[in-house]
Amino acid sequence: MNFPILSSLILLPTIGAFFLFFTRSSEKSNNTVKYVALFTSFVNFFLSIYLWVLFDHTTSEFQFVEERVWIKNFINYKVGVDGISILFILLTTFITPLCILSINNSIKNRLSEFLIAVLIMESFMIGVFCSLDLVIFYLFFEAGLIPMFLIIGIWGGARRVYSAFKFFLYTLLGSVLMLVAIISIYWITGTTDVVELYKIGIDVKYQNLLWLAFFSSFAVKTPMWPVHTWLPDAHVEAPTAGSVLLAAILLKMAGYGFIRFSLGLFPDASEFFTPLIYALSVIAIIFTSFIALMQEDMKKLIAYSSVAHMGFVTLGIFTLQQQGIEGSIIQMISHGLVAAALFLCVGVVYDRMHSRLINTYGGIVSIIPKYSVLFMLFTLAALGLPGTSGFVGEFLILMAAFKDNFLVAVIASLGVIIGAAYMLWLYKRVVFGKLINNDLKRMIDLNKSELFILSCLGIPILFFGFYPDPLINTIEVSISDLIEMYNYKLVSKF
Amino acid sequence: MENLQLVFPEIFLSLSIMFLLILGVFKKNSSKLVQNISLIILLITAVITFNETISISGEKLFNNSVIIDYLSSFMKIMTLLAAFLVLIISSTYLKTFKIFKIEYPILILSSVLGMMIMISSNDLIVFYMGLELQSLALYVLATFNRDDIKSSEAGLKYFVLSALSSGLLLYGCSLIYGFTGSTNFDVIATQLNSNEYALTFGIVFILVGLAFKISAVPFHMWAPDVYEGSPTSVTLFFTMVPKIAALSVFIRFLYVPFLNLIEQWQMILVFLSIASMLFGAVAAIGQTNLKRLVAYSSIGHVGYALAGLATGTNDGIQSSVIYITIYILMNLGLFSCLLMMKRNDEYYENIDDLSGLSKNHPMLSLSLLIILFSLAGIPPLAGFFAKFYVFKSVIEQSMYFLAVVGLLSTVVAAFYYLRLIKIMYFDKEKEKYDTDHSIWLKFSLVASTLLILIYFIFPSQLIEVVSRINIIQ
Repeated sequence: MNFPILSSLILLPTIGAFFLFFTRSSEKSNNTVKYVALFTSFVNFFLSIYLWVLFDHTTSEFQFVEERVWIKNFINYKVGVDGISILFILLTTFITPLCILSINNSIKNRLSEFLIAVLIMESFMIGVFCSLDLVIFYLFFEAGLIPMFLIIGIWGGARRVYSAFKFFLYTLLGSVLMLVAIISIYWITGTTDVVELYKIGIDVKYQNLLWLAFFSSFAVKTPMWPVHTWLPDAHVEAPTAGSVLLAAILLKMAGYGFIRFSLGLFPDASEFFTPLIYALSVIAIIFTSFIALMQEDMKKLIAYSSVAHMGFVTLGIFTLQQQGIEGSIIQMISHGLVAAALFLCVGVVYDRMHSRLINTYGGIVSIIPKYSVLFMLFTLAALGLPGTSGFVGEFLILMAAFKDNFLVAVIASLGVIIGAAYMLWLYKRVVFGKLINNDLKRMIDLNKSELFILSCLGIPILFFGFYPDPLINTIEVSISDLIEMYNYKLVSKF
Repeated sequence: MENLQLVFPEIFLSLSIMFLLILGVFKKNSSKLVQNISLIILLITAVITFNETISISGEKLFNNSVIIDYLSSFMKIMTLLAAFLVLIISSTYLKTFKIFKIEYPILILSSVLGMMIMISSNDLIVFYMGLELQSLALYVLATFNRDDIKSSEAGLKYFVLSALSSGLLLYGCSLIYGFTGSTNFDVIATQLNSNEYALTFGIVFILVGLAFKISAVPFHMWAPDVYEGSPTSVTLFFTMVPKIAALSVFIRFLYVPFLNLIEQWQMILVFLSIASMLFGAVAAIGQTNLKRLVAYSSIGHVGYALAGLATGTNDGIQSSVIYITIYILMNLGLFSCLLMMKRNDEYYENIDDLSGLSKNHPMLSLSLLIILFSLAGIPPLAGFFAKFYVFKSVIEQSMYFLAVVGLLSTVVAAFYYLRLIKIMYFDKEKEKYDTDHSIWLKFSLVASTLLILIYFIFPSQLIEVVSRINIIQ
């Protein structure tokens, strides 16, 4: 395998963005700009599909590894994928073109700049998921702040400045401690290469502090209660495409980070802090579900539901069982699809009515039936109905949780019920009921591209709901080896 | 007979200054000519200095009072190039204010000469001579726009406070001389006796003087006023060039004579560093004038450079040198932007004047965006690597407190950089600025932005160059 497929995946969107940079957008050339961006992201998507086809899921070794000297005697540029990361790369390359497609009329000014930001974001996110060196990981992890800050700040809603600042400073504050930890790891072990670090391990006496430093970064990004408050603000103010990127991909970086780094590098500390994670996850699930119940703004409701869903993810990861971690990854993929779809659904009605408030709507089922059907599908997927991908993840997580800690599992299961309550109530208030607002009658149903985008998201949700095997096959071996390594290190007290 | 070839750059520069003075007196309206000749002189000096670096390895002259080694050559070349760029991009500004006179390049050349002597000094007296030469030139430069009351105020303030700090510094020198019997760094190193508390006082006094020159907290009070009052092109000079010289004196002074007393000065340096980083970050938040803001931001950046010096290792020194190099690059870009904010012969320097810049001048604001994110230390831009190397060497010495405070203050500092970006990108646009800038101004902006942007592709080169600086044997 000589073709540097992962580097191409990282570089391609940037090259596309570079071309866009020289295509000045005007009213006329808006379409050209969009086609260039679409073309780039589709090529990237097919490249990642090709990657998945070539991927050998019978081994947990890192594949397609590329290594180059970057800073002499210090850091090597090293990328590679295993079963855990490849799905996130696929999710990224899948969501980005849909995101670009969804920009119809919502973004009129500075379209080419917007697309540049989105493409560069894609580059960084793929970089995060395939970097096998802590410094490279940090580089991509932090760099993602720049395009997202601009997306929220330039194209966002009324309180965009506040939200953009909050987003940026919160996540930066979380991350700087991780940088200290990464440099410390370098001085403790002499390397920042993840594969090497897996082999040699880190002395137990350092682990707790290092774990906390990584945790501070991931907890903000996840986001976990009580540092989740940036998320609703960012979501509400970001343009639809920005919300989709944020929910579908950005939030997954932290979950990925927990699995790859917190579990892989600091097993003893992870064991030690599991109760903390359990507590925070359960609070997130219950607390934010109740908050979601009270929201009047659709985007805010979905944002809070994201926090709750991510609570399940962190819970699943730290059960440290095969099903739990598998469930978490599937939950993350599923949430990526479902949250993206839900935000797009909100975007659809927002484009027409310019309101995100729930009480603006009601009774639209008779006016825009196609929309209502698809919205229903995503609502049900969000509450984890059997037959949708949301169910698979939640079910696996809860199963693992029951094995590990009965009380936590029971409380988390209650969260599922509240989750069903707020999602169904949202759907009821928006779609069913009496048609009071007469303006709604002028709404047009989904146009072709919207239908296409939402179906693109709907099909995998249903498919993986009924047949999650392709996902599970991909991640199974990697996870079982990760757990084996984890337990081995725990026993040998390394 | 001494090998005078090694000080040839300094000799050449001093002769050139005298020649230019005479030329300026005898030829009418020669400011453009003098400016051009000065540029050539700076380049030639840089080339001569560069040629020397290839052959030498730490040679000492004049009874060991002058040292020519890799550190001195590197810093000198940086000084010369920075001065070259300052001179070349400031001509439009000077012409606008009708202060395009022969004295300007000559004063810059003299201060550069002073800095070169400082950088090469291996003796307290030589060091002090260089320091005063550069300071005297700088006082005049600060008041260069003499019809402007703020500029005169800046110069006077700088003069009074700087004279005070020089006095403290001299007092420190005399204490050290009194207790070791010599002003030569090498001799001092052998005569050290850590039980002499008065010696520590001497070090403290000298550190205070140096901290003043480099504008580290708590000796920073002059910086915002002087930076704001001076003509912008002089402010640019202030934020870049004297810092290089002061930093190299810091390195030489701490690590040659007083390396054995590291426990005594390490705490002071850590304090200076932490105070500068925190104060620079917090105080910049409330500023409305861009030049004042840059002053506070430069105070903060000096704090990071000092953090590297506080480690007491070669790695730390190297990281500080890398930091100051990248900092100068970013500052150059930042000031190129400032010098481009001109409309109808008037320069705008409030942060509100940036408002909506991205709509009217997309390229300018994109460059400024990159520079600001880099100053904030966000990867993958050059500013991140500067901080990264510093903290790498800080954490190597297990100085976790310094590292954590430093990184947390980057978050605070990010706030005001973001505010500038917000004003540029999120706010309503104002009138357009002129676009007919000199080619050199455009060049310096584009070059610095590109270097900042693509630094992450070739991070090893700078490290390799700097890694030859090994002060601690």
